[in-house]
Amino acid sequence: MHYGLIIGLCFLYLALLFALASWAERRSAAGRSLVSNPYVYALSMAVYCTAWTYYGSVGRAATSGLEYLAIYIGPTLVAPLWWVVLRKIIRICKVQRITTIADFISSRYGKSISLGSVVTLICVLGIVPYISIQLKAITDSLSILTADSSSAWAGAAPGFPDLAFFIALGLAAFTIVYGTRHVEATERHEGMVTAIAFEAVLKLVIFLTAGVFVTYFVFNGFGDIMQQAQQLPDYQQLMTFDTGNSFSQWFWLVLLSMLAILFLPRQFQVAVVENVNEQHLNKAMWLFPLYLFVINIFVLPVALGGNLLFGGQAVDADMFVLAIPLSQGQELLSLLVFLGGYAAATSMVIVSTIALSVMISNNLMMPVLVNSSSLQSHFHRYSTGILLYSRRLSILMVLLLAYLYYHFVGEHYSLVEVGLVSFVAVAQFAPAIIGGIFWKEGTRNGALAGIVVGFLLWFYTLVVPSMVGADLLPATILTEGPWGVALLKPFELLGLTGMDYISHAMFWTMFLNTGLYVGISLLGRQSVREHRQAEVFVDIFKHSTVFESSVEWKGTAWVPDIRSLLVTFLGEKRTADALAAYYKQYPEQTDEWGSADPKLVIYAENLLAGVIGASAAHLVVASVAKEEEIRMEEVLGILKESQQLISSNHELYRTSLELKQTTAELQQANQRLQQLDKLKDEFLSTVTHELRTPLTSIRALSEILYDNPDLAREDQEQFLHTIVKESERLTRLITQVLDLERFESGRIELNLEEVQLQEVIAEACENLKPLVREKQVELLLELEPSLPPLLADRDRLMQVMVNLVSNAIKFCQPGSGKITVSCFNFEYDIKVSVSDNGSGIAPEHQEQIFDKFYQARHQALRKPEGSGLGLAISRKIVESHQGHIWVESEPGKGARFSFILPVQVSAPTVDATVNV
Amino acid sequence: MEKQGKLKILVVDDEPNILMPLEFLMRKQGYNVLIARNGNEAIESVDKELPQVVVLDVMMPDVDGYEVCRHLRRKQEMADTKVIFISAKAQDADIKAGYAAGADLYIPKPFSTRFLMEKIKALAVGEKVVTNN
Repeated sequence: MHYGLIIGLCFLYLALLFALASWAERRSAAGRSLVSNPYVYALSMAVYCTAWTYYGSVGRAATSGLEYLAIYIGPTLVAPLWWVVLRKIIRICKVQRITTIADFISSRYGKSISLGSVVTLICVLGIVPYISIQLKAITDSLSILTADSSSAWAGAAPGFPDLAFFIALGLAAFTIVYGTRHVEATERHEGMVTAIAFEAVLKLVIFLTAGVFVTYFVFNGFGDIMQQAQQLPDYQQLMTFDTGNSFSQWFWLVLLSMLAILFLPRQFQVAVVENVNEQHLNKAMWLFPLYLFVINIFVLPVALGGNLLFGGQAVDADMFVLAIPLSQGQELLSLLVFLGGYAAATSMVIVSTIALSVMISNNLMMPVLVNSSSLQSHFHRYSTGILLYSRRLSILMVLLLAYLYYHFVGEHYSLVEVGLVSFVAVAQFAPAIIGGIFWKEGTRNGALAGIVVGFLLWFYTLVVPSMVGADLLPATILTEGPWGVALLKPFELLGLTGMDYISHAMFWTMFLNTGLYVGISLLGRQSVREHRQAEVFVDIFKHSTVFESSVEWKGTAWVPDIRSLLVTFLGEKRTADALAAYYKQYPEQTDEWGSADPKLVIYAENLLAGVIGASAAHLVVASVAKEEEIRMEEVLGILKESQQLISSNHELYRTSLELKQTTAELQQANQRLQQLDKLKDEFLSTVTHELRTPLTSIRALSEILYDNPDLAREDQEQFLHTIVKESERLTRLITQVLDLERFESGRIELNLEEVQLQEVIAEACENLKPLVREKQVELLLELEPSLPPLLADRDRLMQVMVNLVSNAIKFCQPGSGKITVSCFNFEYDIKVSVSDNGSGIAPEHQEQIFDKFYQARHQALRKPEGSGLGLAISRKIVESHQGHIWVESEPGKGARFSFILPVQVSAPTVDATVNV
Repeated sequence: MEKQGKLKILVVDDEPNILMPLEFLMRKQGYNVLIARNGNEAIESVDKELPQVVVLDVMMPDVDGYEVCRHLRRKQEMADTKVIFISAKAQDADIKAGYAAGADLYIPKPFSTRFLMEKIKALAVGEKVVTNN
């Protein structure tokens, strides 16, 4: 294929990415962001799959077998833990406006400049080889694709400038235009994320297409490849985990990739910095492992197919996926495969270089620039420009370094070999980060010592040997050790043998790094600022809500200074917006010319940290704010206060819940009281009404007697008799009202004694004889002769019987009335019934007839005498003896009032509730 | 109307012990006294006898005093009939309801019989009585 075509395609592709990114950013500006979507987020994480995956996995599988899977198993295993680890990191970065992994570590350990610089340096040195393998993959694939055509570049590989150099320059130019296009240096890149997600889809689809082609078109499916592959000489070795140190190798590779997925600068960029919503993690936690699974389906068939097709030929196993379609004459497919690999490589290069450039400018250049007094005066005027140029310069520098590594070292190694070296480099951040977010005691010195020693060991055990391999150092270092000291052999440090070189390096670096971090942290002390940051990082979920209110800054600063500082780095518009947002939150601080509140100072520092990094931001803020030394106790006090604020918030919340509950209860009680009040009013008005009636009679008759002394004797007697009767009625009413009140308030006392109920009934009926005779009714007694004795109040039961019998007499027709009183033992109860043949009670009244004054309120039931309280009191008495009273009646045929009393009355109970 | 001086008066109450003294006093005064023990009897008596004064209890088992009064007020021939409520319901709302039903006077129980008799006399000669209750 012709170069021009392919180069043109590459540029077209980059232009497409550029257009896609711009479109995404315009959409975002219009409020229809593509990035606030968990699928885009999960796809952007697939920047993990670079040319390493696309080309290198096949190469690794073709030469070393299943081992290539380890670096996908690690991220898959660790994905469920993201909710604990990654979410915490995301939250910390949001709260502290952290934009790179170097900034993260530096911030955790007191915004340490040295730590930030060291981490940046390690990232650059560690990632540059990784970027170089992308260059290598692009260059190699391009060479293979164009191998047939005679080209000026074909034989130029080892010389300078070669093809890779121009590829590096091209990518640098694109990344600069693409990543630092804006005058403002913002922390999030929506366009980039959209483009990365697009590339993730593209590389997956093309790789699967190639896989399907190889498996089903070149061969006849998986079975066919496997069957044919059995004839390969190294088949057994490839398909089993049989090597002696295979277990430890797998363990270290899985662990390594677990750490890499979290701490590679580009993963940190897409997973943490570009995260817009923590909830997106939920989907990414299964979508991303799924992506890894799918992209690996055809790795083995392609690798084995390549071995079968090119056995013995000089074809780089890393390029099988491209070489197979090419060998089958599939030019279009080959071009597509090249494009997929190009997409995988460019996505990694773009994200990594942007992340590295931010680190370099924020953690290496900025601290120097803002700290240098000679530069400072000029600096403020041009700061935005300086920021952008330092980033652009960094991008160019990183890509040139990658080219140099490729040119001098990378060419001698496979993609995976180089990639793993980078993984081990970023794994050095693990102790300081994991420890930093879960362990408050970790100190800056511990982190620095661990990282530096880990890095040096990394360099010694992995980079030095690679330089030997590239003939830059004498081979004796590997075989005999430096200066002939065998204990220092880079692959067998201190005589540790039996491990592959990656596991060996991982073992030593992790062992010493973690050991030093923990050991020095335990021995040393944290500075105040470190302590503050440790507190915030470890307890981020407590601090993230009240962060700006839990200020641990003490000193003096002036609002105009802070403002001009913000304008320097953010520009007029963003400064105005940010301050407006601040004053909206704290409307009480509107003095724009006065001294700045500590909250404002911290707010400004956080804003600046998002642009120039935490340690540089701290420096520039310190230049305008005169900070006072805070004593440790004060910090602890402030932190305690904020904790108390939180717990008192909880307390408040709980109290308000309780209050709500109490209010509801009070409302209910109030309603009940109102109801009772209404009942009481009704009761009172009924009582007074019942009092007024006899009083009216008494008064009228008395006045007549008084005014008419000459009244006839029989008239006088009749009037006086009526007065006496009405007085008795009044007395009865008053007694009964008081009686009922005693029952209802529970103040009644029963005089319990052994009572023969049939005797009580007989006596009551005897007392009512005069009334019976007067009304000429028939009264029959049906009493069981021997009843068990009851423990009861004899007088009260008498009251009930008199009431029921006299009621019956009143309701009977004089002359024809017939009343039957019966009493018999009914299992454990004694049942008493009083039946009459009077007018009866309508069903609708039977329920309420025992309510006090029910008759009075239902005048149709009214009878000549009676207070309307007799039945209410009778019910109270029966119930206080643990009995039950009721009425059965058929209107017109009479009524039967019955009650039962238990023979065993254990203890008298009084129903104190008000019965309606 | 019957001959001058013999006032026809209907007394309505369901309490016999209240009816008794009132009937005694009215007769002693020389009125033509009619008695009713409930609302239905009262309406019957009103329709038949067209009394000039009605002394009316409010709370009665069947038809209450308000209803009897309204019935009476609907009859054109009884436009001049005076109605006096006597009731154990003594609250403001009850009194208002009584006047709204068309009463000339509302006297809460218990009351002075002398006061009642004076008011009957005054109403009978066409005086406007104003209660200060």
